[in-house]
Amino acid sequence: MDEEYDAIVLGTGLKECILSGMLSVSGKKVLHIDRNKYYGGESASITPLEELFEKYSTPVDPAYGRGRDWNVDLIPKFLMANGQLVKLLIHTGVTRYLEFKSCEGSYVYKGGKISKVPADEREALGSDLMGLFEKRRFKNFLVFVQEYDPADPKTWKDFDSRTQTTQQLYEKFGLDANTQDFTGHAIALYRDDEYLAKPAGDAMKRIKLYSESLARYGKSPYLYPMYGLGELPQGFARLSAIYGGTYMLDKQVDEIVMDAEGKVCGIRSGGEIAKCKQVYCDPTYVPERVRKTGQVIRCICLMDHPVPNTKDALSTQIIIPQKQVGRRSDIYVSVVSYTHQVAAKGWFVAMVSTTVETATPEEEIRPGLALLGPIRQKFVTVSDYYEALDPGQSTQLFISTSYDATTHFETTCLDVLDIFKRGTGEDFDFSKVKHNLGDEE
Amino acid sequence: MANRAAPGSATNQQQQQQQPAATRSNNGAPQNKVCQFKLVLLGESAVGKSSLVLRFVKGQFHEYQESTIGAAFLTQTVMLDDITVKFEIWDTAGQERYHSLAPMYYRGAQAAIVVYDITNQETFARAKTWVKELQRQASPNIVIALAGNKSDLAAKRMVDHDEAYAYADENGLLFMETSAKTAMNVTDIFLAIAKKLPKGEQTSAQGTAQGRRITDADQAPRSTPNCCK
Ligand SMILES: Nc1nc2c(ncn2[C@@H]2O[C@H](COP(=O)(O)OP(=O)(O)O)[C@@H](O)[C@H]2O)c(=O)[nH]1
Ligand SMILES: [Mg+2]
Repeated sequence: MDEEYDAIVLGTGLKECILSGMLSVSGKKVLHIDRNKYYGGESASITPLEELFEKYSTPVDPAYGRGRDWNVDLIPKFLMANGQLVKLLIHTGVTRYLEFKSCEGSYVYKGGKISKVPADEREALGSDLMGLFEKRRFKNFLVFVQEYDPADPKTWKDFDSRTQTTQQLYEKFGLDANTQDFTGHAIALYRDDEYLAKPAGDAMKRIKLYSESLARYGKSPYLYPMYGLGELPQGFARLSAIYGGTYMLDKQVDEIVMDAEGKVCGIRSGGEIAKCKQVYCDPTYVPERVRKTGQVIRCICLMDHPVPNTKDALSTQIIIPQKQVGRRSDIYVSVVSYTHQVAAKGWFVAMVSTTVETATPEEEIRPGLALLGPIRQKFVTVSDYYEALDPGQSTQLFISTSYDATTHFETTCLDVLDIFKRGTGEDFDFSKVKHNLGDEE
Repeated sequence: MANRAAPGSATNQQQQQQQPAATRSNNGAPQNKVCQFKLVLLGESAVGKSSLVLRFVKGQFHEYQESTIGAAFLTQTVMLDDITVKFEIWDTAGQERYHSLAPMYYRGAQAAIVVYDITNQETFARAKTWVKELQRQASPNIVIALAGNKSDLAAKRMVDHDEAYAYADENGLLFMETSAKTAMNVTDIFLAIAKKLPKGEQTSAQGTAQGRRITDADQAPRSTPNCCK
């Protein structure tokens, strides 16, 4: 440990592991430390099940089968099949360490019941979310978004997505409030309604991402890794190690050492000091350098049956748009099961989560819990959401934000790519990954 | 008697790439069946894990073996009488150094070589803890081989051959003393594993959990649904 590194990364959550991998691939000498004796921090999947019960100080009962068959995520997310994280996985070669399953269903809540999210013209025509005329308007809207090319004004049909808002776009096609709601929240995946007043380009990009992701594997736009999300940080950690990164788990970090000019110059663990030019870390390693900007509530539910009205899907995502239940932010329900090797045979793990708006967060997720049917065991966590006080260039200390309530990894990747750029002054160069060095695939 | 394709030559590597994934030809005539297995190396730092892989896959040995960047995922095939066994070999990438090997490393492995250094008693003790860890965490049918490496350094021997043999026997492990330096028993230990692996239903390391790997080829959006069952 008493050596000098280009960068020291603290915490092995997904963001830190991707960063560590990208830094090592870029030729930096990296030391990666975690205070826990396992990989993943908050993005770990907890195993065996006994450990999860212990974490919540609840006695485990034997009904749940072998504890080792369980890998329970603390933060629920899916990968968009055509999204940023899949691109990172493919371009770094990390995909070869992982196996995925496509999520079976994507649902949206309306008027007390759930319906499949219609994401293409065919599904729109069969959907029970809209009346006949509305279906036609929605279909025209989808076709317009698909064909819209920001670089080709001929496809714009008098609509400029740089200056006109999403609200104006909806109005152009005469979409009613209901259609706007599921489009914005279950397809474009906005958490609240602020997007309506912003330029439409972003929403159009998100709608395209959803349908391109859907086109990849068919059933839904979402992918989920076998054995749980905790495999993702481990995969990127391996990438970092292959490119020379050094790993130390179960290592206390006592101090981030700063020099006279206020720049980081190392970290101290007990009597040892490792020198470095930069530190990358999650907010838990620097409580005095972050501010709390909100809270997220997540409820893990163990169940012995699929979610009602999902055609017995072994995995699903259900989005409850805020307006449907009189809120400002959406409620998310995600369900995975034994088929992903995250639960013992016959068992399901559902997670209900949202951004906290009141002093009684458990009340807030009630509409989500109500969709699940009988729940055998609930574990509730309310976590604070932290952001760095400063962007890090002056201190060379780069802090990631906490994981937000979104149900996919798009914001996670944006944060990582942004930190990498702040830290190195350049975009990540994928061509530095030597795919063919010593392997034949 | 089984024999193995000569390791290392460029032409051999070429051939491996072109090997068909299919196990039988269309007309039903039994072709040479290809079985793919994930094999992991475990053991204390510096016992010679990477050297064993390098010897087996490329026929090389380096006195000052440095961790080879980007080479933690190699393949090599072994020919049995009517079956080609393709090993997908995972090296630790140095993550064992501070006891920081990720569980995903040995997840789904069908075979493991647990390596110790015959000149270092401590590495033998550590090998035993790795065997325990595998018996606890890995798939129940995993084939485990114990390799007492650096057998060329017999003058400095600290681990008794018979003691290690007895331990392996008790625990149902294959056992050989090997030398990555002289190549002694290197091919043989992989071959012994290949023979012991079950070659029934299983044909590829990829199908163990019924998931799918995502690849660049999937990158282009498809019009026809391609489900992930
Ligand atoms: N004499 C001798 N040296 C070996 C043998 N195998 C490996 N080494 C040396 O032991 C050191 C560590 O080997 P390495 O393969 O990097 O070990 P690893 O950390 O387990 O992967 C290197 O200097 C090798 O040259 C062997 O069979 N005999
Ligand atoms: Mg090695």
